[in-house]
Amino acid sequence: MAKLDSKIPGGPLSKKWSTYKSSMKLVNPANKKKLDIILVGTGLAGSAAASSLGELGYNVKVFCFQDTPRRAHSVAAQGGINAAKNYKNDGDSVYRLFFDMIKGGDFRAREANVYRAAEVSNATIDHLTASGVPFAREYGGTLDNRSFGGVQVSRTFYAKGQTGQQCLLGAYSSLKRQISKGTVKMFSRREMLEIVIINGKARGIITRNLVTGEIERHSGHAVILATGGYGTIYYLSTLAVNSNASAAWIAYKNGAFFGNPSFVQIHPSSIPVLNDYQAKLTLMSESLRNDGRVWVPKKKGDKRPANDIPEEERDYYLERKYPAYGNLVPRDVGSRAAKERCDAGYGVGDTGLAVNLDFKDAIAKQGKKAIEDKYGNLFEMYEKITGINSYEEPMRIYPAGHYTMGGLWVDYNLMTTITGLFAIGEANFSDHGANRLGASSLMQCSGDGYFIIPNTITNYLADKIRTPRIATDTPEFDEAEKTTKEKIDKLLSINGSKTVTFFHKQLGKIMWDYCGMARNEKDLKKAMELVNELQIEFWKDVKVPGTADELNQELEKACRVADFFEIAKLMITDALNRKESCGAHFRKESQTETGEAMRIDKEYSYVSAWEYKGIDNPPHLHKEELKFENVEVKVRDYK
Amino acid sequence: MKIKLKIWRQKNAKAKGKFVNYTLDDVSPEMSFLEMLDALNSKLILQDDEPVAFEHDCREGICGCCGLYINGRPHGPGEKTTTCELHMRSFKDGQTIVIEPWRAKAFPVIKDLIADRNAFDKIIIAGGFVSVNAGSAPEANSILIKKKNADEAFDSAACIGCGACVAACKNASAMLFISAKISQLTLLNQGKVEAMERVQAMVAKMDELGFGNCTNTYACEAECPKGIKVTNIARMNREFIAAKVS
Repeated sequence: MAKLDSKIPGGPLSKKWSTYKSSMKLVNPANKKKLDIILVGTGLAGSAAASSLGELGYNVKVFCFQDTPRRAHSVAAQGGINAAKNYKNDGDSVYRLFFDMIKGGDFRAREANVYRAAEVSNATIDHLTASGVPFAREYGGTLDNRSFGGVQVSRTFYAKGQTGQQCLLGAYSSLKRQISKGTVKMFSRREMLEIVIINGKARGIITRNLVTGEIERHSGHAVILATGGYGTIYYLSTLAVNSNASAAWIAYKNGAFFGNPSFVQIHPSSIPVLNDYQAKLTLMSESLRNDGRVWVPKKKGDKRPANDIPEEERDYYLERKYPAYGNLVPRDVGSRAAKERCDAGYGVGDTGLAVNLDFKDAIAKQGKKAIEDKYGNLFEMYEKITGINSYEEPMRIYPAGHYTMGGLWVDYNLMTTITGLFAIGEANFSDHGANRLGASSLMQCSGDGYFIIPNTITNYLADKIRTPRIATDTPEFDEAEKTTKEKIDKLLSINGSKTVTFFHKQLGKIMWDYCGMARNEKDLKKAMELVNELQIEFWKDVKVPGTADELNQELEKACRVADFFEIAKLMITDALNRKESCGAHFRKESQTETGEAMRIDKEYSYVSAWEYKGIDNPPHLHKEELKFENVEVKVRDYK
Repeated sequence: MKIKLKIWRQKNAKAKGKFVNYTLDDVSPEMSFLEMLDALNSKLILQDDEPVAFEHDCREGICGCCGLYINGRPHGPGEKTTTCELHMRSFKDGQTIVIEPWRAKAFPVIKDLIADRNAFDKIIIAGGFVSVNAGSAPEANSILIKKKNADEAFDSAACIGCGACVAACKNASAMLFISAKISQLTLLNQGKVEAMERVQAMVAKMDELGFGNCTNTYACEAECPKGIKVTNIARMNREFIAAKVS
């Protein structure tokens, strides 16, 4: 099996990417159109990559399960997108953005990739602006910035609380432009169900046409996955309900290593769980913590309405515990602090599983209009769901599953351990270590798509110009199609007594309870047992109605949930292996006296890259040692 | 709450559809509208009936997937609310709710409550973009834009492409959708270069796809879940005429 080689270029950190670009292999324009690239997923990373690769002249085939690329869940990113423009003259730089991300990720990310992500961030803002993204502006006509958690500069560009929507629509329109030019061909309502590997190289995919049920074969000289994260493993999360991890998981089962699967970000400010029927949780952007103050009552079990609790009886616990960063601590810190207060009995609301996010002081100081300008749509959204007007009383928030730092292991080229298979955006593990800072996801996705993959894939394709179009009538395609059909037939044949959603909910609860915000060995082992039992029950007793040759949403869900059981087990395995706390991965056995996460650098300063060894065997752990040559590794301190 | 449902069922694009009645006895006012449909589907699956196909994804009003005709109104009774944001507290115990897919020539029904809105993509392909390649953009702050224009462009750009405007219009016109994109790009300096070609190409495509014309009933604005204004249509018309005469 492939040895783990991150292929980081030599030379000083700040020169690596420019050195790479000036020495990489190229494909001349006439040859590009002879090369087929398959791209799965049309969120910001996928749409950006599709348009850029089309602009270069490659022949790109793009797939998404939605009816149109514009629906992908990047659309729901709210707060903003970071760049090191230093427009605020507040001491920002590429190095500082890089450093904040490395520190925010608790020193578990690869220096070279993170630096590159910071380096291309400025070009991304230029490009998105030129594409017509209506970012917020100052009165003088220049772009405005705001602050986000875990940093002390203002480097976040935003479009009210709909930055993801606007960035995605920018990339989507560029993608559509390439469709008009004929470089990109769009296949919507398609689910990728297999990857085809020929002579050790990724050469195609098998898809299911979600309208007709037809199983289709598509070939290419390279395959890119831009299929997002696996946060819906918790069932209730801030993700779209159809977001899933099957494409990445299929890649894993075909030989791509999976990096840091236990690193899952629980976002501190979601609307709390309100009832048993709930199908998803809605995020309230971190940007709200610029002006909102988080508090709980000082008295345990104080059930008075928030506005009746006088100032001196409120505990602004983030400001108390972390005076330097206050309400703008990183997400992992904010989430654990909320959980700690609620577990100790200070939570608010009927369930006691919520804290207040209060805008009273900001409104008094800046006026309601100013707050409305910045967050109007978020306040509206909150009121629609809860019926509460948060200009009048505080929002109630609680942590929820949000983002997966873990994902397919990739090298500096963003290539997985399968030759010719690339992973970009949230689908890879690359840039956020053990915790992602706010507004760095849109930044990574667009950087990967617009500026990184067009170069690294060209470097890969340079010696493929003599490879003719890949045929799809080969034994490898036959085999992949057979695997797909067997899985579908099996799921349809069980005809048990419980719905797919029943199983997904159960799985989500196990993972939330035992492999969520805080973990320990006993709980993780228990989770493994429970997941195993539930998985066996699923394959015996799930009921998937309908047939394979029609639009069948239950079948789509069943395929995804079947994979989630397997992913859950890898997450638990990884969480068990990493006996330290780092970033979002909090092992109760490894904490400081004040309850902060305690890293164990001597033993765990590595990326876990798991190799699939068959369904009945445990996965094999490869370690990519992390070397920090440009930052001093120290205890992350936001006090 | 007890809720009576009258839902459009249609096996596929070619099949003939019809309304089917269902009853749900234990609906909670706290449920979202789509969670109510989830509950119905669980019930149908367990009694060996086929669940109702409907589109949904983000369930927070931003992806634009969901879009149902509820008691004769796109996205139901809420103001500036998508179907997924609608809650059962907006309905009364014992009420009958009629649920249909979007009805428009350009949006054919694929199954049950799912209509094909691919026509919107085709309109964007016709010109709903700025022609700029990655790598060729100028420094972002070299393009100065009045705050007022940027804010207005954002308001137009907030369109989620759900199609409620078309569904609400007696002519099934897509003018609000198109004009929102035209406005956004016209208000921003970077979109002005191609403004004339854009408006002509998008309008021509709209006509070709079978969308109707605008007869100023403002139903689109009234039903738009994102509050996109008909003033966008006026701006588009001005742009269109200017492009024609120049």
